[in-house]
Amino acid sequence: MNFRKWMMVSALALMGVGANAQISDNVVKIGVLTDLSGAYSDLAGKGSVVAAEMAVADFGGKVKGAPVVVVSADHQNKPDVGSAIANRWIDTEQVDAIFDVPTSSVALAIQEITRTKDRVHINSGAGSSLLTGEKCSPTMVHYTYDTYAQARGTGTALTKQGDDSWFFITADYAFGHSLENDTSAAVKDAGGKVLGAVNAPFPNTDFSSFLLQAQASKAKVIGLANAGADTINSIKQAHEFGIDKSGQKLTGLLTFISDVNSLGLETAQGIIITDGWYWDLNDETRAWAKKWSEKMGGGRMPTSVHAGVYSAVTQYLKAIDKAGTDEAKKVVDTMKTMPINDMFAKNGKIRADGRMVHDMLLVQIKKPSESKYPWDYYKILRTIPGDEAYRPLDKGNCPLVAAK
Amino acid sequence: MPPLPVLMGQLLLGLINGAFYAVLSLGLALIFGLLNIINFAHGAQYMMGAFVAWLLLTVTGIGFWPALLISPIVIGLFGMAVERTMLRRLAKLDPLYGLLLTFGLALVIEGLFRQQYGVSGQPYQVPSALQGGINLGFMFLPIYRGFVVIASLVICLGTWLAIDKTKLGALLRAATENPSLVRAFGVNVPLMITATYGFGAALAGIAGVLAAPVYAVNPLMGSNIIIIVFAVVVIGGMGSILGSVLTGFGLGLVEGLTKVFYPEASSTVIFVIMAIVLLVKPAGLFGKAS
Repeated sequence: MNFRKWMMVSALALMGVGANAQISDNVVKIGVLTDLSGAYSDLAGKGSVVAAEMAVADFGGKVKGAPVVVVSADHQNKPDVGSAIANRWIDTEQVDAIFDVPTSSVALAIQEITRTKDRVHINSGAGSSLLTGEKCSPTMVHYTYDTYAQARGTGTALTKQGDDSWFFITADYAFGHSLENDTSAAVKDAGGKVLGAVNAPFPNTDFSSFLLQAQASKAKVIGLANAGADTINSIKQAHEFGIDKSGQKLTGLLTFISDVNSLGLETAQGIIITDGWYWDLNDETRAWAKKWSEKMGGGRMPTSVHAGVYSAVTQYLKAIDKAGTDEAKKVVDTMKTMPINDMFAKNGKIRADGRMVHDMLLVQIKKPSESKYPWDYYKILRTIPGDEAYRPLDKGNCPLVAAK
Repeated sequence: MPPLPVLMGQLLLGLINGAFYAVLSLGLALIFGLLNIINFAHGAQYMMGAFVAWLLLTVTGIGFWPALLISPIVIGLFGMAVERTMLRRLAKLDPLYGLLLTFGLALVIEGLFRQQYGVSGQPYQVPSALQGGINLGFMFLPIYRGFVVIASLVICLGTWLAIDKTKLGALLRAATENPSLVRAFGVNVPLMITATYGFGAALAGIAGVLAAPVYAVNPLMGSNIIIIVFAVVVIGGMGSILGSVLTGFGLGLVEGLTKVFYPEASSTVIFVIMAIVLLVKPAGLFGKAS
């Protein structure tokens, strides 16, 4: 090819780019990195992929003239697997933003990759409050919930209503301990006391022994600092051992509506939990949930994580539209200036540390007699204002905040 | 040192867990002892037992008691089909091939259930006749848990008697020792082998039904428990039926005590014991050195 042809080709290529000047590779690629087969595949998983696809479709499938594409992969709850996928996505497949990422250990690994390689990470599925604390990143938003808000919500609310002595059954790994510590702090701040805790191996099937130890402590509340199948097994067995009837209250510190569905209301009734969103909250949430449910099949209803993914993808695309670029830090900075008002959150805001602050719900699981239709599970006890639920900006040791 | 009532409660709980270990390791030991198959699909068969019970309840409205009979039969038939179509072809090879096949099968079965039903699990209530509990003074014993202990004792004892004390059992043992000789007496040896594998699978199925009301019914429930059960069988002595039953109950107790004194180690203690037993008595506590 001679020089003139080179020039022409380059000019044509530039014209093509010129149509949407700042969108890299002429496409916005969204990667949903989630657990498609393991313990969290019901609360996140395929439902998160569906939510992301819905968000893109509702947005019109294009932003600034560039098509928006959704890809997804299974990280198997393993940081090494998740990291390999993220690196491949970023290095060779032009993925611009990674969404969902349940399981804190994987999320923390992705946090480092997206920080170094300057890509967006918007997390809906993981709990660790480190993500917006010491490990915070300028290209990251933590969207749906975190262990701090879960702990504050349930710990403070129960203690204030007189259930002021606690015993914890804790999953013996980083997540369980941080949930226990956060809740202990909330209980003590509200004037309650912690009578003890027992570390259960993770994962574990039989909790009866730990439940009896909790019963013997005579604490008013037994806090379950665990998740997924561990929570289901503990609640099921607590019901069996009559703990709920003996006057002690049980609370799953990280329980999702998919867990409640697995337990059945007969077993789960009366339990108090904190959640970030509920499908049956108002007409707007119901309409979205119905649409999601049709796409998913199986009669399931979305969890807060699914709704969070939808809202986050929408917000991300709006920010690209507003900023006129898909450059990671600029998009996230733009997102931080945009209030969130949709079916997921009212007056939600993204802080400097990347925390999306929105109202949380304190709910009680309904009795079977109170439930009128499938998935009619939550009785809303209180809406916890976001500023009360989430860790104050200056308490998280996020370097981005200190820099200000 | 925790007070005595607490300790007694924990020992009783250990016994209850031991009952599950006993029934599961019984089936495993039976299949290994008589057929020389290391049945890695045992956990999957246990999970299927629980799922069949759940399906019976949700699809057809059949409750716990009939399920206690129907589910093991279904799983037993499934086991027989597996033996007939796949395991038989490996009979003459090293047991490792059987291990690989059953391990692969377990992965496939779990994958299919996960695809169909997700991982969160399905609700299954304690049957109404067994709800509630008895206050023993030192602890609240759910009636259902007491039932599990008695049921598993009956199952274990019945199986042991059938294998060790009946003519059929004697034939079966003879058939595994020397198949051609027993065949010469006009006994249908292949059928006996198929039936034995089916029975072992049925034992896993019945354990699954017993577990459904107390543990989460999910596709991974088998893989969570099967490793412990393998340790139980190794400690008891591969293939020793009585040995694995006694070891099952015994290790349940040890695990129960660990949960009081050092809960963090309760998932590891069985494997520590396994390592020690293998060092001191490689054939297992009740096994015969070959």
